[in-house]
Amino acid sequence: MTIEATLPQLLRRNAEKMPDRHALREKDLGIWQAFSWRRYWEEVRDLALGLAAAGFGQGDKLSVIGENRPRLYFAQLAAMSLGGIAVPVYQDAIASELAYVLDHAEISVVVAEDQEQVDKILSLKERLPHLKLLVFDDPRGLLNYEDPILKSFEAVQAEGRVFGAAHPGHVEAVVEAAKPDDLCLFSYTSGTTSRPKGVMLSHANLLDPAEVFATTEGIRANDEHVAYLPMAWVGNSLFSLALHMHVGFTCNFPEKPETLRRDLREVGPTMALAPPRLWENALTEIMVRAADASPSKRRIFDFFRGVAERAQLCVAEGRPVPLGTRLWRSIGEFFVYAPVRDQFGLRRARVVYTGGAPLGVDVFRFFRGFGVNLKQVYGATELSGLCSVQPNAEVDPETVGRMLDGMDVRIAEHGEVEVRSPGVFQGYYKQPEESREAITEDGWLRTGDAGFIDARGHLAIIDRARDVGRLYDGTSFAPQFIENKLKFSPYIGEVVVFGEARSFVAAMIAIDASTVGKWAERNNVSYTSFQDLSARPEVLGLIRDEIRKCNSGLPEATRIRRFLVLNKEFDADDDEITRTRKIRRRFVTEKYAAVLHAFYSGDEEVELSTEITYEDGRKAILRSRLAIGDVDEPSAPAAAPSRRMAEEAVPAE
Amino acid sequence: MRKPADEELLAATAVSKRFGGVRAVEEVSFSVRRGEIASIIGPNGAGKTSLLNMISGFYRPDTGSITFEGHDITNLRPAAIAALGIARTFQNIALFGGMTVLDNIMLGRHVRMKAGVLSSFLYWGLAQHEEIAHRARAEELIDFLELQDLRKELTSALPYGLRKRVELGRALALDPTLLLLDEPMGGMNQEEKEDIARYILDVNEQWGTTIILIEHDMAVVMDISDRVGVLDRGRKIAEGTPAEVQRDPAVILAYLGSAHQAREQAA
Repeated sequence: MTIEATLPQLLRRNAEKMPDRHALREKDLGIWQAFSWRRYWEEVRDLALGLAAAGFGQGDKLSVIGENRPRLYFAQLAAMSLGGIAVPVYQDAIASELAYVLDHAEISVVVAEDQEQVDKILSLKERLPHLKLLVFDDPRGLLNYEDPILKSFEAVQAEGRVFGAAHPGHVEAVVEAAKPDDLCLFSYTSGTTSRPKGVMLSHANLLDPAEVFATTEGIRANDEHVAYLPMAWVGNSLFSLALHMHVGFTCNFPEKPETLRRDLREVGPTMALAPPRLWENALTEIMVRAADASPSKRRIFDFFRGVAERAQLCVAEGRPVPLGTRLWRSIGEFFVYAPVRDQFGLRRARVVYTGGAPLGVDVFRFFRGFGVNLKQVYGATELSGLCSVQPNAEVDPETVGRMLDGMDVRIAEHGEVEVRSPGVFQGYYKQPEESREAITEDGWLRTGDAGFIDARGHLAIIDRARDVGRLYDGTSFAPQFIENKLKFSPYIGEVVVFGEARSFVAAMIAIDASTVGKWAERNNVSYTSFQDLSARPEVLGLIRDEIRKCNSGLPEATRIRRFLVLNKEFDADDDEITRTRKIRRRFVTEKYAAVLHAFYSGDEEVELSTEITYEDGRKAILRSRLAIGDVDEPSAPAAAPSRRMAEEAVPAE
Repeated sequence: MRKPADEELLAATAVSKRFGGVRAVEEVSFSVRRGEIASIIGPNGAGKTSLLNMISGFYRPDTGSITFEGHDITNLRPAAIAALGIARTFQNIALFGGMTVLDNIMLGRHVRMKAGVLSSFLYWGLAQHEEIAHRARAEELIDFLELQDLRKELTSALPYGLRKRVELGRALALDPTLLLLDEPMGGMNQEEKEDIARYILDVNEQWGTTIILIEHDMAVVMDISDRVGVLDRGRKIAEGTPAEVQRDPAVILAYLGSAHQAREQAA
């Protein structure tokens, strides 16, 4: 498919073709306020004129920082309308990360959501030599700021209208002159391994996967979408910018992150995209609520959950679902499944996608069993976000589906997945060396993921290529696979497993504070703080039981033998996970070297001093002594030694 | 920076209040200018809350007078004073626990409502028009105080820090000219205190509301106040800018006791 338009050109087309249809809807002051396509274009044009008046032009970079807000989209499109480049950044990034990206991208204009973000940018001003203008959306608390580079969104637009009167047709001329192959977006990767890299994408890069996806999946102009993902994630740009412009559906913005659940119910989106983390959280919440319900309700829930699971297993194994199960399922639809879907605002959802990281099989089956058409998609920032999706009839938790039209996949010799697609990026900004390395000589992108293609032609991803490990005896194991299995437990928040070149697998676990807290309440375990809770022997016992459950589904050799419950949660501010909540395995391995040592030297406890970073960037050292648990503590002492010996005998063979 | 106007908004002249033999407030005079944040500090039992109660009409002063915007309000009832534009929050939260956050804030608009019983009952004409206008204002406050996710929650189910915030919302719903805050940060942790301090500054900045603040946390008081008055055992012992008050020997004596002073002198 050849792309013939740019994003701003599509915006103008939509404004002409369907001027009064709702393009955006934002909940403000408790009411959903709509923006028509005409208004969308006018807002973008006025802002673009204002930016032009301030000297912004071809090739200049504008960054947006904040939650999903219509004005941040106006800003991105305004930059693109002038031939500039939009650079969305993570709103929860700490100052040093932010300074790196903004400086590296040579940002000249930042559009910030509110005072919090303005303060952050102003504190970095000295380190940002290219910054000329800082525009804010919400004026609250900013009335008395007197920085010369600071301007309100309205003020810039007002200046734009004046400039527009003197230069009629200025923006329109630049928009029409633009080519689909022009760069329009830098998406900084969250960097699981190194400094963020600026992935350069053109209009065509973003629009091609969007167009193919819309055709394949039947996305329509009367669809309702909710934009709530981090602005800097490429998946968000693909859905809320490219797909939105191409299809012309309505994009809804929640009031604030805390109200998302209620807003989702009010909007009732017909399609949605959510990273695995959110599905895991939703499942945890359902489990907690079910456990808190009255015994009769709980029994009903458990019964119908069983029905859903049995039906899903039949589907997975390719057997027909027995008539009885089907009957129960239709009763369950009325009493349990539909009400649960409704709680999460998924009642009208035709299709929902998960992507960005693998989703546990159990979580996947649960939602499918409850009637949510959950499908996995696969992509990478370097592929403009998307290259494969599961067709409706071939949904399978183990794969990420088929390549979209016009895209190909192959597996390199060492097991790495390589993709060829019109979405393949234009290189990393100012990093020619890395750009060359990312693409093979014949133009395929090295994704860095390990995977295989199954008999049906579906792509399956195992893990990050470099993370697939081997135990000391050569047994290969995929840490992420085990981690996802563990995370199915509602009590486990985050987990990292180790085992590379070691004799067995060990796990470091951060408990889920809310569910374990509730569990403690029900079981009369008293505690004062997260630290205290995570060190309670009862909690260690609980986690041990959860690990045993998980172990029963793992091959003998890769079962978890030892574990430790951390006294803090993994935090992106501590660099332990990325902003998209992927574990930075190498960093964690280095940081917790003492734990690793204790795991494999047989110590019963470990002295740990961890550095924690507060939200404002201050650091502190947390010193503590943590117990290490053995999963198979001899419950019947006589039997245990022989079993252990048997297990240890495996590597020797 | 904020610039308080030179116009006097509230003036208390030699007010006193006794409870039996206890002299809660004795001959205290002070004035507050329009647009400023004035704090009253002092040890426990110094008479701070009694003074606030006299301004808001809960107590009637035994002697002295209080004027607000030039009118004598010394003997007015609390409801009449509220109608003039003086709102307050309480040291011990006084919210309706069985009502939602939104309803509690709407309640604060009550003194601004004019529709009669009948038309309110029919929800027609003026009553409907009024309800919509007041709801719009309540929504602005919910937005301002970032309570969007709690609109429909019962206040009794909220944690302490949030209930304090809702109470501030209800006081603001009056669109007050003068806002009296009685220990708005009592019992809060550092983060919650900073949040409330931010809201107080924003209220003052955005709507020009004059604020009288009673607070124990000295760091916050010194940080956000334009002027500070110090009470000790019912008497005013100092008044001035935060810096002046901090240096005042009488204040140091009241707060740290004479042992400290003795040591200072010895050194």
